[in-house]
Amino acid sequence: MATLHEYLFVSGLLFAIGLAGVIARRNIIVIFMCLEMMLSAANLTLVAFSRFNTAETGLPDYDGQMLVFFIITVAAAEVAVGLAIIVALYRARQTVNVNDLTSLRG
Amino acid sequence: MPTLFFYFFAILAISGAVALVVFRNPVSSALSMVASFVGFAGLFIGLNAYFIGVIQILVYAGAIMVLFIFIIMLLDLKKEESKKFPITTVIGALLIPGLFMLQLVGIFGNFDDKKHQALDLPASAEHYQEEAPKIAATLSGANGEAPSLPDVNLIGQKLFTEFNFPFQVMGILLLVATIGVVVLSKRSPSTSASDQ
Repeated sequence: MATLHEYLFVSGLLFAIGLAGVIARRNIIVIFMCLEMMLSAANLTLVAFSRFNTAETGLPDYDGQMLVFFIITVAAAEVAVGLAIIVALYRARQTVNVNDLTSLRG
Repeated sequence: MPTLFFYFFAILAISGAVALVVFRNPVSSALSMVASFVGFAGLFIGLNAYFIGVIQILVYAGAIMVLFIFIIMLLDLKKEESKKFPITTVIGALLIPGLFMLQLVGIFGNFDDKKHQALDLPASAEHYQEEAPKIAATLSGANGEAPSLPDVNLIGQKLFTEFNFPFQVMGILLLVATIGVVVLSKRSPSTSASDQ
């Protein structure tokens, strides 16, 4: 069976790949997808700790899984609002390339 | 055998994530992300988190990805991704996550690894005997079936007792998000006049 370190390594690697995507990609929608990947990787860490640190009942510690449940809910709300903002941005500027969105650059 | 499944789903998740970052076409990125989320769901189910695995598929691979693909289709993004990645951003994108992974592996040396231990379901049944007899019956196999982990019942019990207030706050959050999306996507009269 896989150990805790293996799960944490996989989740850290997925988080790192998502971070690499956020840094390298210029398309704001793909950046947003990479952010979702990072959130999911954090969820994997929480579920792994929940399974390997059992509660005093001997079952997985469900507090961790409750946090994952709330993270998924917040992620769904975040995606809905974020994509609405991207659509509004595209209407205003006709671009989704972050290199062209330099209004806030000093 | 479970180890084999772990590696299969881990490789599926990681290769999906790499494809998400590397593919130029946003639609290919979105579809490889679905593959990655299926891998995630497999890992969750391997960790006995059946409910989380199922909502990972339903919410992420179902609802959220449909939303993404819908927006990609709506904005018609195919022509946008023709430029090459600049070398400085590629170096940054390899260096910063690489350092992060090094740090993570360094931390692993500082605390002991934990082995995967099978759950002793009948032993944990007595903790639920008083407050939730049905959960205890499923755990101990008293209802004539083999002992199984009533994952959804346990999460539901926790959600509606200990986490009832956050649960209701979450409902308000979803309501606010819905209203926010409607307000954001509604064209104001002044801008719609200039657009048309």
